Amino acid sequence: MLWNLFISCLRVGAFTFGGGYAMLPVMKDIFVREKNWLTEEDFVDMVSLVQITPGAVAINASIYIGRKLAGLPGAIVATLGSVLPSFLIIFIIASSLMNFYQSPLVIDFFKGVRPAIAGLILVAGLKIGHDSLISKLSKALAVLFGFLAFFLNIHPIILILAGAVSGALLGLGGKKL
Amino acid sequence: MIFNLFLTFARIGAFTFGGGYSMIPLFNREIIDRYGWLTSAEFLDIIATAEMTPGPISINTATFVGYKLAGFWGSVAATLGIVLPAFIAISLLTVVLEKIHDLPAAQNGIKGMRPAVTAMIITAALSLAPKSILRPLDLIIFCATILLSWRELLNPIIVLFASGLISLLYGLF
Repeated sequence: MLWNLFISCLRVGAFTFGGGYAMLPVMKDIFVREKNWLTEEDFVDMVSLVQITPGAVAINASIYIGRKLAGLPGAIVATLGSVLPSFLIIFIIASSLMNFYQSPLVIDFFKGVRPAIAGLILVAGLKIGHDSLISKLSKALAVLFGFLAFFLNIHPIILILAGAVSGALLGLGGKKL
Repeated sequence: MIFNLFLTFARIGAFTFGGGYSMIPLFNREIIDRYGWLTSAEFLDIIATAEMTPGPISINTATFVGYKLAGFWGSVAATLGIVLPAFIAISLLTVVLEKIHDLPAAQNGIKGMRPAVTAMIITAALSLAPKSILRPLDLIIFCATILLSWRELLNPIIVLFASGLISLLYGLF
C-alpha cells in the first residue's frame, strides 16, 4: 500500500505542469477513478480542508490523502512522493543552469522570459481578485490592503493576518464578504 | 545559513494561503527585500523555471532558491521548510484542523484573506515588473502576456517559452 501510494504521488508530481490547481484534477483521476481510494465526496471535503491550510495545494492534498489511507507513515510517503520529482528536476536544472547561464543565448532567453513572468504574476493577482472579490466590502478591503502593501510596505504576513481577523470580525458582525 | 534558510522557508510555508502565486509576495519580501539573497532578475528567472517545469510552483521555487544559496543541502533545507508547516497541520493536528474548518469564523477568516492575497500579489508584480522591463521589446512582451493570459488565449508555459525565444532571436539579429 505504501509503495503504491508513493508511486501514485510520484506520477502526479512528475507529470503535472502548471502548479497546484492543475494537479488537483490529475489527483482526482488517480485517487478517485483509477484506484478507488477515495470517494468523490472525500475528495471535495479534502479540497475544502486544504483551502484553510497554509502551503502548496497539491502537496497538502497528498499529505491528506496519505494520512487518510495509511496514517502517519502514509502522510510521510505521500509527501516524499509528491515533492521528489520537483526536487530532482529542479536540482538537475539548477546545477546545470549555473554553468551554462553564462552563455549569451541563455542570457537573452531569460531577458525575454522576465517581463512575461512579471505579466503572469500580475494576471494571477488580478484573476484572484476578479474571481473571489464579489462584495463591495471585499473590494474595499483589497484597495485598503493594496495601499498598505504598496505605499507603506507592510509585510505580507501582517496583511494575511489582518485579512483573516477582519474577515472573522466582519462575519461576527453579520457582514458578508 | 542552512538553518536560516529552513526557518525562512518554514515561515513562508506557514503563511501562504491559496497556493502557487500567493507565495511570491512572501518570497519577494523575505528573500529579496529582507536578506538580499537574490536580485529581482534572478528571482524572476527562478519563478519562470518553476512554472515551466512539472510540480507545484512554490516547491520548485523553494528548491531552486535553496540550491542557488547553499547548494544541495540548501535545497533540502528550503524544500523541507516550505512543506513542514502544512505537514504538521494536516498529519499531526488533523482533529484540530477539522474543528477549525467547521467554525464559521474560520470560513470568514479565509474570505478575509482573499483581498489581502489579491493586494499582495498585484503589489509584488508591480514591484518586480519595472526591473524586468529594460528594452522596448520587454514592454511589448509584458503587455502581450497580460492580454493573452487574462483572456486565457495561451498556456502560461507557451507564453514563457515564446517570450524567451523571441528575445533570443532579437539578441541574435
